[in-house]
Amino acid sequence: MKILVTVKEVATVEDEFEIEGTEIADQYLGADLNEWDDYAIEEAVQLQEDGIADEVVTVTIGPEDCEQTIRQALAKGADRAVRVWDDSLEGVDLLDVNAKTEILSAVIEEEDPDLVLTGVQAGDDSFAATGVSVAENLGFQWGAVVNHLEHDLDDGVASVRRELEGGVEELTDLELPAVLTIQTGINEPRYASLRGIRQAQRKELDVKALADIGVDESTIESELTMTAMYEPESESDATFWEGSAEETASELGELLRDKGVAQ
Amino acid sequence: MTDVLAITDHRRGDLRDVSYEIITAGRELADETGGDLHLAVISGTVDDFADKLNRDGVDTIHTVSHGEEFNHDVYTQAITQLYDELAPQYVLTPNSVNGLDYAPAVANQLDLPVVTDTIDLETDGETLIATREMYGGKVETTNELEGDAVVTIRSAEWPQAEGTGDASIEAFDADIDEDAIGSTVSGFEEVGGGDVDISEAELLVSIGRGIEEEENLDLIRDLADALGATLSSSRPIVDNGWLPKNRQVGQSGKVVTPDVYIAIGISGAVQHVAGMKGSDTIVAINTDPNAPIMDIADYAIVDDLFDVVPELIEEFQ
Repeated sequence: MKILVTVKEVATVEDEFEIEGTEIADQYLGADLNEWDDYAIEEAVQLQEDGIADEVVTVTIGPEDCEQTIRQALAKGADRAVRVWDDSLEGVDLLDVNAKTEILSAVIEEEDPDLVLTGVQAGDDSFAATGVSVAENLGFQWGAVVNHLEHDLDDGVASVRRELEGGVEELTDLELPAVLTIQTGINEPRYASLRGIRQAQRKELDVKALADIGVDESTIESELTMTAMYEPESESDATFWEGSAEETASELGELLRDKGVAQ
Repeated sequence: MTDVLAITDHRRGDLRDVSYEIITAGRELADETGGDLHLAVISGTVDDFADKLNRDGVDTIHTVSHGEEFNHDVYTQAITQLYDELAPQYVLTPNSVNGLDYAPAVANQLDLPVVTDTIDLETDGETLIATREMYGGKVETTNELEGDAVVTIRSAEWPQAEGTGDASIEAFDADIDEDAIGSTVSGFEEVGGGDVDISEAELLVSIGRGIEEEENLDLIRDLADALGATLSSSRPIVDNGWLPKNRQVGQSGKVVTPDVYIAIGISGAVQHVAGMKGSDTIVAINTDPNAPIMDIADYAIVDDLFDVVPELIEEFQ
């Protein structure tokens, strides 16, 4: 079986930062593999090691800069990668769910996988909607917020657990092909080995423009426009204890004794 | 097309709190559009649920009787049919695990934009202005879209609707195509039993990402021992396998209400805060004075936990 994993490079933000217009100023931004996608990659690679998957392909929407992040996924064991980018996507503040759905669906149709794994959400824009949207768009089944997947996939069925609120898990069977949005904690993502990193350099990384996958520029126009970005007003009315670690620890000690919870 | 259709959430026979919150959010929007607020309750004991949901501000409650528990195919079919029938401007759903399992599908099927995890909504009847967070709560953004939309709302951002309403309750005869149902829920399981019930503790020492390495957990164990406290954690610690699931505080873990909650190296993501904001006194130890945990802390130490914790241990040994 073939597994496709969507991989996103997300922007990370330092503790202190400045906003320029509707963006965080470049000098405060870093880039990393989306945490949730890391678990999705691991799950796919484990399915390959278990002899269930024959091929693991990643797909990324992003500019050339993010190839380093894609190579991380290849170094962890994905076989090859597809990156979609287009001049028309440059400078878009917020690529909305429908736009991402159109692009990813086109690649998935071309690749024709049995199983698609995505992270539950992206650490930057946190929409948590693309996986399910893609599934519906393609007529695939889906499961959102999956924290366990049985690896036998017998009879074309994925048995999963969905992590509900309040420490409850739902046990669900889904017909393949399906899209699963993968929750953190489902496995333990590996570090890329040196050997893996060397091998990743030689793996295929195919770059496609929108026209190559048959997506018209106009269909990816975002319906959502970000009009403002700002730091949330701090609602803190906390008492900040100042001083050396010894002094602040002593203040806390006193509080705990006052409350009668520690002697 | 000015009405609002809000979808309610229930599980194992009980309506979830967000079902009452979504009435408030939906009523506010319907007031701004000048339309009606329609609620839908799908699957389960719908008549009983409808009685409970009949609170101030609701115009009509549509019951869809089909199966006991949530099934995303049933929800998607029922909601798209309700949309076709009622032609509302906005479909509101909870941004719950189940909401996220059908709202994007509904949007795609209806060819509508979807905006998730909103914390504030405004409309002039044409343009919707949705406020949401990015980068794990470090920034808020406002986002605009025209026309109809599917919108999910974060729980605990709107107050729960109260009072007794005079909504008309109507059974909606959804035409559910059983062949199109490709998923089956076979059961539920409670997770995180085990040795300790953190929800019973009076003093919780809770650790987050700031601990950096598993070996450093020993320091926090020493602190818990010295204080006679119970050890708990935020999600990443459990994800890493450093502590068992029964120690996790948060939306997908346990809700705790100790006398004192000491949050060490925890930034305070909304999912974590949902599990501990009911604590009587909250103390945060964190290097980032702007971390969201500071918004709900009563006392704060802005310092390196590796400096403060050993001092605290010494004080109680």
